[in-house]
Order: sequence, then structure tokens, then C-alpha cells
Amino acid sequence: MRNNRAWRRLLTVAVTAAVALSAVGCGSKASGNTKKDGKITITNVSYDPTRELYAAYNKEFTKYYKGKTGKDVDVVMSHGGSGGQARSVVEGADADVVTLALAHDITLVEQAGLINKDWLKEFDLDSSPYTSTIVFLVRKGNPKKIKDWDDLTKKGVDVITPDPKSSGGACWNFLAAWNYADKKFGGDESKIKEFEHALYSNVSVMDSGARGATTTFVENGQGDVLIAWENEALATLKEYPEDYELVTPSVSILAQPSVAIVDANADKNGTQKVAKDYLEYLYTDKAQELIGEYGYRPSNQTILKKYADKFDLNVNLCTIDDFGGWDSAYEKFFQDGGIFDEIYSK
Amino acid sequence: MRSIASRNGKIKVKRSDRVIPGFGLSLGITIVMLSVLILIPLASVLLYSFQLSPDKFVTLITNRAVLFAFGTSISCAFIAALINCIFGTVLAWVLVRYDFPGKRILDGVVELPFCLPTAVAGITLSKLYSDTGWMGRIFSRIGVKISYTHIGLTIALIFIGIPFVVRAIQPVLENLDPQLEEAAYALGANPRITFFKIILSELRPALLTGFALAFARGIGEYGSVIYISGNSAKDHTQVISYVIMQKLNYMDYASATAIALVLLIISFSILFLINVIQIRQSKRTNYL
Repeated sequence: MRNNRAWRRLLTVAVTAAVALSAVGCGSKASGNTKKDGKITITNVSYDPTRELYAAYNKEFTKYYKGKTGKDVDVVMSHGGSGGQARSVVEGADADVVTLALAHDITLVEQAGLINKDWLKEFDLDSSPYTSTIVFLVRKGNPKKIKDWDDLTKKGVDVITPDPKSSGGACWNFLAAWNYADKKFGGDESKIKEFEHALYSNVSVMDSGARGATTTFVENGQGDVLIAWENEALATLKEYPEDYELVTPSVSILAQPSVAIVDANADKNGTQKVAKDYLEYLYTDKAQELIGEYGYRPSNQTILKKYADKFDLNVNLCTIDDFGGWDSAYEKFFQDGGIFDEIYSK
Repeated sequence: MRSIASRNGKIKVKRSDRVIPGFGLSLGITIVMLSVLILIPLASVLLYSFQLSPDKFVTLITNRAVLFAFGTSISCAFIAALINCIFGTVLAWVLVRYDFPGKRILDGVVELPFCLPTAVAGITLSKLYSDTGWMGRIFSRIGVKISYTHIGLTIALIFIGIPFVVRAIQPVLENLDPQLEEAAYALGANPRITFFKIILSELRPALLTGFALAFARGIGEYGSVIYISGNSAKDHTQVISYVIMQKLNYMDYASATAIALVLLIISFSILFLINVIQIRQSKRTNYL
């Protein structure tokens, strides 16, 4: 009798457990976003500063697509730090396309098997329809007279730049400075390191990402100069034209935000074709104009020239390839015990 | 409720007297919730961190930056929890013992740190306490920097920890038998002795609970801290959750979970220690 009851009790426990577990399991299968009543939905997982650009671009693309195919397309956007966004796609966010800050972040998604290997060649110009570079944002009137990278190493200059060990975007700042010192000291690595050490000793607040650094500089009034992406600096200038000035250094680095179709998701959602149209449309003249308007450098050279008053086109730019590609740059500079640790903890 | 306390302190309840029906059903739900929400994620932390070879694990954990981050997290969370215990007691005391207009509102305000997104709190605090902000300006005049230092970091942790202490103490204070105080007075104790010997010893278990909760929350806190701490490896203002995020941002899951595992072990041992103290104490004062 007692035994019987014990068994029944155990059975209830097991059944409850099974039901609850299967309920949890079902929840994850419920998503999926293909055609319902003829409307197509694609998801674009992007990074922080592209918010305004893609809001405008999506409107333009929807119009174009309706005209071309007669179908309505709805683009769902997601924004955040580039690395974190890549991670969310790896962990299962249902992105049809990714438009991230650096090719390396897309490589991470590729390594998870979600993007085909040859993505870099799928669209023109290494799949980067727009570029940007690293510039300085200083306070109005440039009270510390900051013109170039070596001004950042002077005593009494407070520099704001995010932590390259936490944000992939922040690595560009370090590499741009490295490129300058490399040219200045003719490749003498110990002198370059000294230069970087002096620069990073002047960093008064090191935020975890570009957005945080902008907040620290703009909202909290910290520092004399913010090392920033050109598009972010232009956006800040647009918002506070009275308070800041943009300084383009003599030497910088070409930042190539990249785009790719997340093949695994697009195949599953049946959106491979729309996704391709969506990214290809970025290269059209109309889209390139939008890109220039929103502070990114258009990859189309004729349109870029139209914006010569907005972008300093004389800056000497190196690319990530000069550092042997992102992976080897990461290994050499930013891994635990790499050059960044060496110059920063000195 | 009719119940018979047995010798070992457990309570035997007659079948018909159970409030929640079905021991099997409720235990089943408990086990599922526990495993889905707590045990499985924790087990996966363990599994992930075993991807590192033992010597890699050791070099990672004994890395200077990681060690300093552990030190910063633990010491700042400890100080913040300690300060919270003092001010939390005062706050709870005011809320329980006195009547004043706006008391209900103040009571509600205590819980705000719970519902405010931590990043919002962090950005607001860093702005307020930076040397151009309202509060920070005053302090910078006397040469004290708050934002981007350990002080700012501790302030953020005080902010998120205060509700734990207040809410732990409040009910105990409400149920405190006034006869105890009266008896102490009658026996000639002055207010100071009454507070420290009578009231505080009654509050001690609740204080310990509040301390443990605030401390545990503080050790793992991320959102509210990263904006105000400045995250400088040189000034040791990186907290451990920031170091974990550093690894995660480069998808180094193995290192991230390895540090998380050590953090878990440390937190667990501290909480365990506090529990032991609490049990000892309740045995002595016969208070449970």
C-alpha cells in the first residue's frame, strides 16, 4: 500500500517534469519568418552607429523592391556593439544578413558555419559598400591644439578611447596610431611601442565600447580628445555643432565595415534572393548618396568626391592587410600577453 | 494550521492540512524550474570551462589583470555591502518606527534600484559623479574624484545593493516585540545599550541575509558598474564581470566561463560561510 503510493508520487514528479520540459522545448521552435500574406520579412543584424543610415536605407529599399517585384518587404533591424551582435547570431539570432563593423566579426559567424566561406568576395570591394576611418573629436576651438597623433602623447592631454581588449572597434584606434608611429620612426618597433605607451598613458577613461566612450567624452565632459570613428564623430558634430571640432590626422586606417548574407538562416527562411538584392542595392548610386549623407565614406569614388568637403580625402590610410589581416593583428597585439598588454601595463 | 513540531525541528503536517496540494506535483515543478533555470546553465559553465587544459586554466586565472579584477570586485562589493548594512538599518528603522508624510513613497523608492535597468543607473551615476556633474563638481573641489575610481564603483554597488538590506530588515523590525525594549529600559539599560545589545542582536540574522544578498549581487554586477568604473587595468578599476565580457566579446567562451567558474566558487563559499554563521547564531539565540 505504502509502496504503491510512493510509486504514484514518483510518477507524478516524472510526468510533471516531462511536460514542463517539453513545453520549454517547444518554445524555441516557434519562430520563423518567411512569407505570410505575401509580405517578406528579413532581419538585418547591424552595429550601433548604423541606426540612422539603415532606417533611411530600408525605406529606400522597400520602395525599390516594391517597384521591381511588386512585393512588400519588411526589414527588421537589430543594433548593438559589433562583437556582441556577431555573438548573438552565432548563438541563434535569426539574422538573414549581417552588416557589422569589421570583417573579423563576420568571420566569427562564418567559423560557426552559418556563412559560406567565400563571403568576402560575394559583393564588390571585399563586401564593404562603405568605409570609414579613425579621426579625433576635440572641444570647440581646439584648446589643446591637437593636430596629429603625436599631440596625443604630450603631457596634460587627456585622451578618451575604448578598451581594445573589450571592443573590436577600439582596435582600429590602436592600429591607426601604430601606423602613424611606424611611418614616423621608420619601423623601429621599440620606438613605436614607446609612442603607444605614451599615448595610452594619457587615456583617462577607457570604456568598454565606442558608444560608452562617446558618452564619457560628450555627456560627462571627460578628456580633451576622443579617438573616434569618422561617422560617429560626424554624427556628434551634427548634434552639437557648437561644442566640438573634427580633426583628421595625417595618417589613419581604413575601416571597412562589411556585409554578408547569413546563408544558413537565409536558406532556412527562403530569403536568400531578397537578402542578396538588399545588400547589392547598397552599391547603387542612390544608396551611396545616402551613405555619404549619413557620414560613411561611399565606396563609389565619383560619389565620394562629391562629399570632399565632408571627408578629408588627403589622409594617408593604411588597411588591415598591412598588419597581415585581422587574425594575425589580433594575435600579435590584443591577445593576453600581446603588445597591448605590454605597453599598457608598463 | 495544526502542526506538530518534531524533535529535529522539521514540521509534520497532516495530509489534509497542506496548503499547496500534491507533494509530487510541487516537487516536480521545483525540480524542473531548478534544473532549467539554475542547474543546467551552471553545469554548462562547468563543461565549457573544462575545455581549457589545466595549465592554461591556471595561467588565465593567475593573470595579473584577472587577479586584480577579482580583488576589486570582492573588496568593493564587501565595502558596499557593509555601508549598505549601516544605512539600510537606518532607512528601515525610519520606515518602520516613524510616521511622516510621504512615507509610502519613500518606501516605494527603496525598490527603484531593482526595477531600473542597471545600465541606465550606471550612466546616470557616472554623469552625476564625474567632475563636471552635479555631485562630482562639489567633490572635485576638495580634490576627490569619484567617477572612474574605486569610490565611484563602490557607489554604484551601494546603489544596487541597498534594497536587499532594507527589505531583509524591515519585516523583522516590524515584528520586533516592544516588550523587549521596555524590559531593557525597566532593567536600567540606556538607549545605546538597548539598541546594541537588544535590537541589533535581534536584527543580526536579517542583517546577515541582507549583507549576503547585497554582497553576492555586487560581486557579479556588470551593467551599473562599467560606466562609472573607467575599466582601467592600470588603476585596477576593472571588475571581474568586465574581464568576463572582454573574453566574451572575442567569443573566447572557454576563458570567460573559466573565470565565471572561479567567481561562482568564491561567491558560493562566501555565501556558505555566511549561512554557517547564521545557523550558529540562530542556535545560540534560539531565533529562527
